[in-house]
Amino acid sequence: MSAPPPGMPLREALIALRAERRDDDVVVSAMGAAREWMALGAHPLDWVFVPSSMGQATSLGLGLALAQPRRRIIVLNGDGSTLMNLGSLVTITAEQPANLVLVTFDNGVYEVTGAQPTPGAAAGRRAGDQVDYVGLARACGFRSVFHFTTLAEWTAGLRGVLDGTGPTFALLDVAPVPGARGPRSPGPTGERARAFMSALQQ
Amino acid sequence: MFPGEQVASLMARCGITHAVTVPDSTLGQWEPAIQRAGIRLVRVCREGEAWAVAAGLHLGGARPLVMIQCTGLFESGDSLRNVLHDWKLPIFSVIGYRSYLNQETLPGDTTLIFTEPTLKAWQIDYRFVTEPGQFDLFARHLERCQAEGRVGAVLIAEGNA
Repeated sequence: MSAPPPGMPLREALIALRAERRDDDVVVSAMGAAREWMALGAHPLDWVFVPSSMGQATSLGLGLALAQPRRRIIVLNGDGSTLMNLGSLVTITAEQPANLVLVTFDNGVYEVTGAQPTPGAAAGRRAGDQVDYVGLARACGFRSVFHFTTLAEWTAGLRGVLDGTGPTFALLDVAPVPGARGPRSPGPTGERARAFMSALQQ
Repeated sequence: MFPGEQVASLMARCGITHAVTVPDSTLGQWEPAIQRAGIRLVRVCREGEAWAVAAGLHLGGARPLVMIQCTGLFESGDSLRNVLHDWKLPIFSVIGYRSYLNQETLPGDTTLIFTEPTLKAWQIDYRFVTEPGQFDLFARHLERCQAEGRVGAVLIAEGNA
């Protein structure tokens, strides 16, 4: 049995997304995705969810999607975070927000704590199988579901993900970032919340 | 404890737009009246989600509250901490206090030991309502917290339902 492909580089995947992001899109980012996303630059409609309660970015994104139905809400989440709040996939599809795009970066590990395998990854499971997040998303009732294993596929399919009928779930196989640290808060929380809310009202 | 219509009317008067909830046998009875009042129910799978959904709603300009049982308050810990204390978002919550009025179903229910200490530990300004005549206590606290944009909760004694 050959080793699985290493996955696309997270930073490049985010650069591609940044190029396609509309100016009125809201982007919610958490954990490793937040670290890399904010390193690419700031936007008034970025909600860098740091500090966070791990796993809750999907739920926060749902709340934003319901409150702001005319905006597209893009949530950048990890596989470990997804596992911490799997029920939120069901909550999201119960509400059917057509404007919510959930992008899940699957690197198979808890990256910032030293790359220990998640219980969803083959390396973290007694049977050596792997949790099928795409199958989970379909079973939960996401209206559009995608899986990208290479940067070329992602770049080619990105527009379709963003413009698909939501709620949308896209899984990207990404490579862990060696030695990566947790994201740092880009500023005081109160000020950031006020600025974000103000930007949303414009 | 209170008819759903009374609670829904209060919520509507306070401008509540969404009730993010996991029901229990008391709070769940209010759902039809809350919906009739034009308030959207968001049914979450587990209570920790409720705080984050409410946070997103609040950031997006809506006026949500969280409606859960005290057992769900225990489950809420890290999410509640993040929303109320890290981000200081003024989310109000309605907490059902299981078994307070009747312990026949669950004798020795430990929710009676931990509920109020948990609210205090999370530094939530709450009011405790134990009889129908105290509806004004609930109403005034919700109205004041909404007007002043601060965190608050009402703890509703349950057990007769």
